[in-house]
Amino acid sequence: MALHTPAVATRQARLATGKRSKERTPTSILFLALLWFSLFVAFATLVALIVTTIAQGADRLDARLLTEYPSSRPEEAGARPAILGSLWVIGTTAVLAIPLGVAAAVHLEEFADRRHWFNRFIELNIQNLSAIPSIIYGMLAIGTLALIGVGNKNIVIGGALALALLILPVIIISTREALRAVPRELRHGSLALGATEVQTTWRITLPSAVPGIATGTILALSRALGEAAPLLLLGALVFISFDPNGLLSGFTTMPIQIYGWTSAPQAGFHELAAATSILLVGILLVMNALAIVIRNRYQRRW
Amino acid sequence: MTTTDSSTKATMATTSQISVRAAQSDYREIPAEPDPVLQCEDVDVYYGSFQAVRNVSLAFGHNEITALIGPSGCGKSTILRSLNRMNDLVEGARVTGSVRYWGQDMYGAGVDPIEVRRRIGMVFQKPNPFPKSIYDNIAYGPRVTGMKVDSMDDHVEQALTRAALWDEVKDKLKQSAYGLSGGQQQRLCIARTIAVEPDVILMDEPCASLDPIATMRIETLMTELRDLYTIVIVTHNMQQAARVADRTAFFTAAVDETTGDRTGELVEFDRTAKIFENPADQRTEDYITGRFG
Amino acid sequence: MRLLLRLAAWLSILITVGIVISLLSPALQFFAEVSVVEFLTGTRWAPQFADPTFGVLPLVTATAWTTAIALAVAVPFGLGAAVYLAEYARPRARKILKPILELLAGVPTVVFGFFALSFVAPTVLREWLSVEVGTFSILAAGLVMGVMIIPTVASLSEDAMSAVPSALRQGSAALGANRMQTSLRVVFPAALSGIVAAVVLGISRAIGETMIVAIAAGARPQMVTDPTMEGATMTGFIARMALGDARVGSLEYNTLFAVGLLLFVLTLVVNAISIQLVRRFRQEY
Repeated sequence: MALHTPAVATRQARLATGKRSKERTPTSILFLALLWFSLFVAFATLVALIVTTIAQGADRLDARLLTEYPSSRPEEAGARPAILGSLWVIGTTAVLAIPLGVAAAVHLEEFADRRHWFNRFIELNIQNLSAIPSIIYGMLAIGTLALIGVGNKNIVIGGALALALLILPVIIISTREALRAVPRELRHGSLALGATEVQTTWRITLPSAVPGIATGTILALSRALGEAAPLLLLGALVFISFDPNGLLSGFTTMPIQIYGWTSAPQAGFHELAAATSILLVGILLVMNALAIVIRNRYQRRW
Repeated sequence: MTTTDSSTKATMATTSQISVRAAQSDYREIPAEPDPVLQCEDVDVYYGSFQAVRNVSLAFGHNEITALIGPSGCGKSTILRSLNRMNDLVEGARVTGSVRYWGQDMYGAGVDPIEVRRRIGMVFQKPNPFPKSIYDNIAYGPRVTGMKVDSMDDHVEQALTRAALWDEVKDKLKQSAYGLSGGQQQRLCIARTIAVEPDVILMDEPCASLDPIATMRIETLMTELRDLYTIVIVTHNMQQAARVADRTAFFTAAVDETTGDRTGELVEFDRTAKIFENPADQRTEDYITGRFG
Repeated sequence: MRLLLRLAAWLSILITVGIVISLLSPALQFFAEVSVVEFLTGTRWAPQFADPTFGVLPLVTATAWTTAIALAVAVPFGLGAAVYLAEYARPRARKILKPILELLAGVPTVVFGFFALSFVAPTVLREWLSVEVGTFSILAAGLVMGVMIIPTVASLSEDAMSAVPSALRQGSAALGANRMQTSLRVVFPAALSGIVAAVVLGISRAIGETMIVAIAAGARPQMVTDPTMEGATMTGFIARMALGDARVGSLEYNTLFAVGLLLFVLTLVVNAISIQLVRRFRQEY
């Protein structure tokens, strides 16, 4: 007989066993310590990365970094064209990717028949695209440029194309989530007043989803801003001594400039790389913070 | 295979038996005062600054079924959760007053809430089997509590038998518990609780999500388990309390005029027959006769 | 209006087709000159030599090593962080810890690469741990890549664990299980499909990560047998090759796409496995 008959046995049962709580056994304390250690590894690395980068680059984080052009002498060099190049490329990327991404998401979430095989195929495809290495998108961009016969691949629009295609799946996925979070009742309310589906989407659903879309888009753009690999293939690691001034202009960007300087042997260039890293991380930090603020402020206000 | 009385009785359960058993319940000798396994004295429960229940004193008799009834928000589930320290898991929850288990302060120094929960089991409103096999659902408790069990197979069989589920699942022990019907899942949860050998079983509206046939089977099971366990059941269903409970406690909510907070309090506690036939308090009578709630 | 939206959605298919075409056509030209067998089984990679050889295995072994090291870091620590955030942290602590973790995910990989080159290899590995590594090493690159992937693994697994209904946690607690037992025996298995997906996404990020290895792993293509060696991964090779001025249509240029195609196929396979595993472990609560 394995199961006891409780009536007899438990009248004398002691709740205060005198032993330590089962929540505090050596195993579970060790387990919790391991969990803490996991977080510690991540945070300590973040701190070490920030501290070492600042320690190396703080001296060169000055006005010259913003105003000077690259030079073969580190003490005279700056990242002006790279900063402007990043602005041009990211601006163009945003113009390309945001409308397309939002439009695709609206179609899939609001209008498409989700059971149709073709739409399921599109969904699967987007999921796959988001897992493809970024450098492949660079190859796609040079392939496309070669296809339309553009000989000079180092142009702003080429870089923007690569980055836009790279972040498109991210924007589509986050926009769909934002749209999905808009309560059905809101839509039904509008439809019940005689609005068409397109009007409802345009005037009710999309505006309510703007905070979510904005958060996702900012995060996607900040990813594009920090991305270097696809642009390498577009020959963006070049010595640029002018301000980029148009979609067909030659360009380099901050991450590429950092990469270029880390590969240089002189220590002076490493300082420059660190200084530019601080600047880049600073910008990304602001963008991330903005995204978090938007998310927290507008989270489920309905 | 061991076929105990309980399983055969359960499989034969019919409507007519329910009425007979309801009658039996009336004849059952219930002492005037409960022989308390659990005892609350002046219990208050707070969630943060919000007071959920006030000043509850109750005794739960050995091998009796006690029902807690009352309108929504009257704090009956809150009280139930303070009887095995499940409230500890809620952020900001606080229990004052004394809750005693065989005379020992359940919230006293040196008491391990995990040991409390092992001795005082709980069955929830919605069946919540783990996404594991039927067998592993039952074996889970003995495994995590480190119980010494001669043969886990026998142990599982006996727990399932006691919960009147063995005959229905003996051929599919390795299959997922999610393949069972709602009523079977709830009996599985009862079996799972029995497997850690508690002597009190708390049930929080165990039939709320079940159909009438499944409800009936759970009620039959409760009256069978009464000889082995002390049972406390929270229910919305007054007929259910009348059918199964030896004693009944009626709760209601007092609304604070300034804050609008609803704080539960105990109105009346007595033998079930007394509560339903001749309540002492006007509010109990109003509730029983359907005038509110 | 609706047509425009639909076209935007179809664009994603166009992108995939574009990727396949732009990889495939130069790669096919490549395989017209180099046999597939030589490419996949050769152990010497020297495409730019006067007498070129095209065995891709050195690149593959380097990628395998960096990926394995990265996973050895990212999976345990990522899951540890996820269990803490989902099962132990109070809401307020979680509200602070999660953004910090997201911050780590937001650091550009080129900065991670520089960190590996300028701090992890010389200071952490050589000075503190006395590991004999050169300026470039698979080890330093893999370790830093692992930390980079921690937030990916942590955040997705945390989502999966948080999605496990609290009724299961309460059920477990009511049976006398402590928090560790509930986390490991109920929540973790119930969230397995999401956790698997998180780990697989980590794998594809590790395989495809470029800048860290381009900066810190080195450039010499060799069969990697020891993580303290330097080595060129598939992505590292592509990045370095892209810097050169290979003429469109030349064998050198096509080599790039052959490796790119292999990389693409690898990530597709990993992703397909992930989808299968997620289906297998999916739980309906």
